[in-house]
Amino acid sequence: MSKGRFPGCKPAFRDKNLCLICDLIREGQSPFEGKHQEELTGLGEGGAAPKGIRWDHQAICDIIPAGSSVLDLGCGDGELLSRLIKDKGVQGQGVEKDVERVVECIAKGVPVYHADLDEGLAGFPDGFFDYVLLEKTLQVVHKPLFVLEEMLRVGRAGIVSFPNFGHYGIIASFVRTGRMPITPVLPYRWHDTPNIHLFTVNDFLDWARARGVAVEHGLSSADGRVRLFKEEDALQAEEVLFVVSRLSKAKSKRRLPSS
Amino acid sequence: MSDPLNALAEPKPKQYDGPDSPRSVGWTEPRRVRLADESNPLPLDCGETIAPVDVEYEVYGEMNENRDNVILILHALSGDAHVAGWDARAEEYGRLWRKTRPGWWDSMVGPGKAFDTRKYCVMCSNVLGSCYGTTGPSSIDPATGHPYGLRFPVITVGDWVRLQERLVTHLGIERLFAVAGGSLGGQQALEWTLAYPERVKLAIILASSVRLSDQGLAFNAVGRHAIISDPDFKGGDYYGGPTPDRGLAIARMLGHITYLSEVSMRRKFGRRYRNGNNTPGFHLGIDFEVENYLQHQGQAFVERFDANSYLYISRAMDYYDAAQWGDGDLDKACSRTVSKFLLVSFSSDWLYTPEQMKELALALCRNRKPVTYVNIPSSYGHDAFLLEVEKLEPLIRFFLEGGSTR
Repeated sequence: MSKGRFPGCKPAFRDKNLCLICDLIREGQSPFEGKHQEELTGLGEGGAAPKGIRWDHQAICDIIPAGSSVLDLGCGDGELLSRLIKDKGVQGQGVEKDVERVVECIAKGVPVYHADLDEGLAGFPDGFFDYVLLEKTLQVVHKPLFVLEEMLRVGRAGIVSFPNFGHYGIIASFVRTGRMPITPVLPYRWHDTPNIHLFTVNDFLDWARARGVAVEHGLSSADGRVRLFKEEDALQAEEVLFVVSRLSKAKSKRRLPSS
Repeated sequence: MSDPLNALAEPKPKQYDGPDSPRSVGWTEPRRVRLADESNPLPLDCGETIAPVDVEYEVYGEMNENRDNVILILHALSGDAHVAGWDARAEEYGRLWRKTRPGWWDSMVGPGKAFDTRKYCVMCSNVLGSCYGTTGPSSIDPATGHPYGLRFPVITVGDWVRLQERLVTHLGIERLFAVAGGSLGGQQALEWTLAYPERVKLAIILASSVRLSDQGLAFNAVGRHAIISDPDFKGGDYYGGPTPDRGLAIARMLGHITYLSEVSMRRKFGRRYRNGNNTPGFHLGIDFEVENYLQHQGQAFVERFDANSYLYISRAMDYYDAAQWGDGDLDKACSRTVSKFLLVSFSSDWLYTPEQMKELALALCRNRKPVTYVNIPSSYGHDAFLLEVEKLEPLIRFFLEGGSTR
């Protein structure tokens, strides 16, 4: 890893010094604490995920610097936040709609705010958290764009992970059978799925571009292997994770000349 | 069954745990201690001082060696120190209603219950101005040799907590493991975290808020009007003669309406007539079940409560505003605390609404204080904090356990 560089940023960003992560590394605030990429994603040789830990949990734990403030939207049973609090000493707050899961958070000692994300985060100030997480949550909310806006508002950076409905296996299954695909990542039937707003990597990147949101970097997962996001992962990734942030007006002009 | 509201889970009516039950704290004894006297009077928010002050309290479970397993429970408007178990002195103190039922939160406090007395030492004291053993308007004013009546100073939630702090100190407890309460008790718990931040580890606040709404103020005002306009009230000097029972009963009936919800009343009474044949009796007396219920609640209350205490305690409820600790700014007030919070509201509570609890939760969040907020789906209205035992039990137990390991 070259000094002052984040190996994960896109070459186009790197060449023009546009990568926020690289900026942070240069400023001595590396979110990756100088780890190599393999360590960053918690992956061993060849990208195999450690057993029992969800790859995106591991990635998020690696990305988030110790002591950050983190808001986890749709925190579920609090597993991820509990790890972040324990391992990274983050100041963590969860938001969860399901009261049963709220109880599980309490059992883990994770502070949780019982609320519906579709109602927004009124009361949480702008830019209050270092990181806001939407870890496999966006596809289950009623108002995904509103939730994304709230994430961008209250956080300095956002981490969004989601199942990629554009994965070639899903497309093939859909074309072959003419039925809603059921995969290990999307194991539900059409009528009992919580995923009411499925979308693809390209859909998400379109939104980011249109909204002027910087995608700082991405990771993709397929067949139990994780790698840095590449263009072809729009088709090849089963799940992806993007670190995003609002572009300032000046920066947004600088960053999006071609799009 | 076509009513969608019936789909809400309804807990089964619970039997009391008898004094011999392994889940009961068993027979309990009220304790009394003098915490203020002429040489050390209790300063009050109104600017006066009061002495002597005696406090009645109860304790269940063992205090550990470090005295760091103590949970202080705070009671609400009409409550007392008798939280759990069966009062062994009910007869002696003339508290006959206690012979047929255990303490007011017996479902939550005891061996193996949410506040597990095998692990924690649970205590509760009766508030200043009440009528259950702690000095109040019915106590003898040393200046006159007669009961205080309305000469009792106007007291506040802050005064209560100041007195509780004296009790806690008297018992050699440096830091409370937790403070917990519902409604007005929740406001005392909150006050503890702001007035004595370093002395509270965990705070459990149920069906409460940082201040009473204008709607709540209005109900309290009407309740007090009913008492004061009772011909037997006599300016508060009714001790030794007939007591203003009609006024106090009306205040209680009014209060009870605010503790229930439209749905819970519909379920409980369903516009049923008392005569059983479901037709109007064409008279102006008690004809509906709901009227009968309120009448009963009012009557039962006057047998156990003092009208002057109702006036003073409801006034303390009116005056409470946690934002006072931040000169009117709640966020600033919340910056004082170092406790970990569990806040619980109930969806159908319209006296202390979920929105009001969220206000506190967000103020704590904005101060980066660890806070968990839960809005429990319930049809019981404000009373839910006493009734939704099955839903509350895991929340409280896990929250307390989380506090022990950190």
